[in-house]
Amino acid sequence: MKSKSFSLFLKDYHSELRTRYAINSLAMFIIVAISIIMFAVGQEKVSESLTGGLFWVVIFFTAMSGLSRAFVSEEERGTSLTLQLLSAPSTVFSGKLIFNIILVFCMNTIIALLYSALFETFIIRNFSLFILSFVLGNFGLAISSTIIAAIIAKAGAKGTLYPVLSFPILLPLILTSVQLTLFALDGTSIEQAKYELAIVVSYDVIMLTVSYLLFDFIWKD
Amino acid sequence: MFKITWKIVLFLLIAFVSVAGIAFPIVENPRAWYEFPLIPGLEENAKIIFFHVPTAWLTVVAFLVSTVYSFKYLRRKNLDDDAKAYSSAQLGMVFCILATVTGAVWAKFAWGSFWSWDPRQTSIFALLLIYGALFALRSSIESEEKRATLSSVYSLIAFVTVPFFIFIMPRIMKGLHPGSADDTNAGPVVNFKMNSSMFLIFFLSLIGFTILYFWMWRLSYKSIIYRDKLDKKLIRG
Repeated sequence: MKSKSFSLFLKDYHSELRTRYAINSLAMFIIVAISIIMFAVGQEKVSESLTGGLFWVVIFFTAMSGLSRAFVSEEERGTSLTLQLLSAPSTVFSGKLIFNIILVFCMNTIIALLYSALFETFIIRNFSLFILSFVLGNFGLAISSTIIAAIIAKAGAKGTLYPVLSFPILLPLILTSVQLTLFALDGTSIEQAKYELAIVVSYDVIMLTVSYLLFDFIWKD
Repeated sequence: MFKITWKIVLFLLIAFVSVAGIAFPIVENPRAWYEFPLIPGLEENAKIIFFHVPTAWLTVVAFLVSTVYSFKYLRRKNLDDDAKAYSSAQLGMVFCILATVTGAVWAKFAWGSFWSWDPRQTSIFALLLIYGALFALRSSIESEEKRATLSSVYSLIAFVTVPFFIFIMPRIMKGLHPGSADDTNAGPVVNFKMNSSMFLIFFLSLIGFTILYFWMWRLSYKSIIYRDKLDKKLIRG
């Protein structure tokens, strides 16, 4: 079971390395989004609370531009039926989830590095809180966007519907993560941020459970 | 006979609530049964509670009903359940818009601006987005079964995020709405100084609007089911 989903992930990984579609488009999207923000900001000094919010704006739209590939590519190549024959729905979901989690971690690390290099006010004063909220937030983002990507792939309308469907689902996560990023920038202790961390943990657990329960219905035609 | 009786009762109930909610006077020391107490800080604005709270309540009820029937659809794959879920979501959208508008009007007079991203306003906005996304998803799929399955799945996923908006966010974030983190009231809605006559009108309004919702829902899903049946009959010849 575990090895099967891992080999599914390896398959995605190799086909990704062959075309480098997701990696290239995500990297370009990050650069484009951040440069638009830089142009819009111009010579103004951005306040600390604004950078925390803008950080998540870039993360959200980058995720929306690239993460739907996982399932949409299967539908485009017509390989989803083969996958259905080969493995159980939960295995497929695990494989895709692993792939998306790794993609989200790479992309968000790059965004965080670029932010700390480009914005003077993006100074993380509580690094452990930032890492904790970053990891938890990335898991939530990957889980929710994977299950919505599955819906999108089956719905046939690929482009614009994805952010529309994902945004309300991701909103509790994004609101809390923006708050947590601000806490990390302010240097608030983990003890004081425990309620927000608890929200993100429960969000991750709930979404993971619901996704595994409902994926069967999406996957089987 | 029963069929017509409850409709008349409902009409009288809603008419009474509307008249009472708008026209009963607010005085400092209420003596007669039809006088409301003066609530400091709210004054005449307090009256909108008879219309704002029921619409907000029905937004959530409609969403709950929609989710229950979505779940039923996934269990039994009966398209009638999907029609029920869909029509409940439609009504929920209407009540959601009404709750947003009445809330914004109340906010203008009580807090000074129509919209201030209070946690409660954020949560009703998120519900509006969920309903909007659900209809966008439905309109993008041609096949009936696929549409029913995918929208059922989506409304179940959306449903598990609703507790975050309705119960958790307003408790943690500071806000202006009753039930916020810095508020001493326990309940999300009403705990302030209403007297018995105000409570009576308030609960009559809740009951009246809830019955109205179920009536509208029944009419709506029946018309969808009949239309589908007629369509299939016409296609088959």
